[in-house]
Amino acid sequence: MKNNKIFISGDEAVAVGVKLSRPHVIAAYPITPQTITVERLSDMVEAKELDAEYMHVESEHSAISATMGASAVGARTFTASSSQGLLYMTEGLHYCSGGRYPVVMMNANRSVALPWSIYGDQRDSLSLLDSGWIQVYVEDAQEALDMIIQAYKIAEHKDVLTPMMVNLDGFILTHTYELVDIPNQDEVDQFLPAFITPNKMSFEDPKNLGFSSKPDDNTEFKYQQNEAMFNAIPVLQDVDKEFGSKFGRTYHGMVEEYKCEDAEVVLVALGSVCGTVRVVIDNMRKAGKKVGLLKIRYMRPFPEAEVKALGKRVKAMGVIDKDISFGYEGTVYTNVNSALSKIDKHVFKQNFVGGLGGRDITKNEIEAMFNKLFLGISSEQEEKVEFFSLNVETNE
Amino acid sequence: MKEIRWHGRGGQGGFTASRLLGIAASVHGNKHALAFPSFGPERRGAPVLAFTKIDDTKLNDRSEVEESDYVVVMDETLIDSGFSKGIKTGATIVINTTQPERYRALLPSYTIMSIDASKIAMEILGRHITNTAMYGALAAASDLVSLDAALESIKTEMKPAIAEKNMRIVKLAYETVKNQM
Repeated sequence: MKNNKIFISGDEAVAVGVKLSRPHVIAAYPITPQTITVERLSDMVEAKELDAEYMHVESEHSAISATMGASAVGARTFTASSSQGLLYMTEGLHYCSGGRYPVVMMNANRSVALPWSIYGDQRDSLSLLDSGWIQVYVEDAQEALDMIIQAYKIAEHKDVLTPMMVNLDGFILTHTYELVDIPNQDEVDQFLPAFITPNKMSFEDPKNLGFSSKPDDNTEFKYQQNEAMFNAIPVLQDVDKEFGSKFGRTYHGMVEEYKCEDAEVVLVALGSVCGTVRVVIDNMRKAGKKVGLLKIRYMRPFPEAEVKALGKRVKAMGVIDKDISFGYEGTVYTNVNSALSKIDKHVFKQNFVGGLGGRDITKNEIEAMFNKLFLGISSEQEEKVEFFSLNVETNE
Repeated sequence: MKEIRWHGRGGQGGFTASRLLGIAASVHGNKHALAFPSFGPERRGAPVLAFTKIDDTKLNDRSEVEESDYVVVMDETLIDSGFSKGIKTGATIVINTTQPERYRALLPSYTIMSIDASKIAMEILGRHITNTAMYGALAAASDLVSLDAALESIKTEMKPAIAEKNMRIVKLAYETVKNQM
């Protein structure tokens, strides 16, 4: 097989993934650290390497509105944003998921103002878990590219028809260059056939789009939207398997377990920090410590079954949150805890909040988290929420 | 894993050099590599860092570079009092300078290699862009990548109009440093 590996950044890998997916309409507003993605796409359209309409919109609110409108009439669409830009889209995000328009978006995870920060954390997308979008978090540039292609197949599936957000950590992934295997266009075309919308506007089969509802039917719409999100679980698993058989790479669906077979203590994390956690696990395993990683890939739909199953096998679970829900705890922790509360077993838990506004998460800090979890099992301590780089606990 | 830190000023091409090294190691060298700038806003003329990580296996470690094995200094005025923080004892430092003895006295825990990259760049490019000369010098001072892989990376990354001159620069810088060793 012809080797087609090139050395590109996460932003560029996303642009290549979008190009291979052949969208009809791209509407986006540039924002650091997403900018390179939309610049590359704009170049590709200009050079006629990509037969798409690139709409230079004046804001993110217009970007989501334009992609939603185009998707409503059956176009495959793409948008991309980050941080303040993503938040400026918020009204449209709910509109888009409620309308069941399978827009695919790349979000470069970045902190939220104030204080103003262009650096990475996951507070932007995690504050939007309830917007009705499927959310996946990737670990490297290859997964970013592959998940853009998979995202169209998942979002456009007739049982799903839900927009999907592919999240990659700002700078750590968007601006880091690495070797990425570029799939062959013919194979992508076979894997991802054209989108046929069931909601196409036509005189022959008129439909109502962008509708309003009264109290006697709104709940039915929201019930169906929720069902569609659950329908996405088997669909995304099948899509990942099919992708693997075609391109030789799979990502294990909802979550990936790393060295969890016999683990006593695991850390749960999203995105690029999972890589660093793997390195720490490999080192600690050499010293005989039974540690593992649960990489959560999808935050919506949430991998409840996978978290519960792992919870039954381990003694302690720590959750790394690159976000904080002020007045409570990290959002990933809240979700993991909700799942664990449904099993009939005590698991020692601790929340590690950090990596905010671009702060590095070091291997020493990750090793300290594992050690605190081991200590928690033996000393029957209360669970804690800790800002780890400050060494401060918040729930005393 | 080997970690390489590049010191330059915005616009000098330090980040390009960090990527060239990554391309040589991974595309042309059968290893794994990551290349990234110091994250944040970019300003022409301001001190900037870039990094390359190279390993035989997949590079999962996404934390910042804390302990460099090699340091490349494209502009010697960037060597200040905090310079040696985060450099492994015994590391090799490649400096664009005509006065290596000064830095051997200043930084005694490290192997100092020198090259007059500015002169090479002015002779061949006619411009004071020293990144590829420093790249060739690093290739010679280390066993990170072969000369062939370094030359191939220039072909892969640069437009034909500038690739030929930069390949001459890499080769000349490589041979100059090898002759010192």
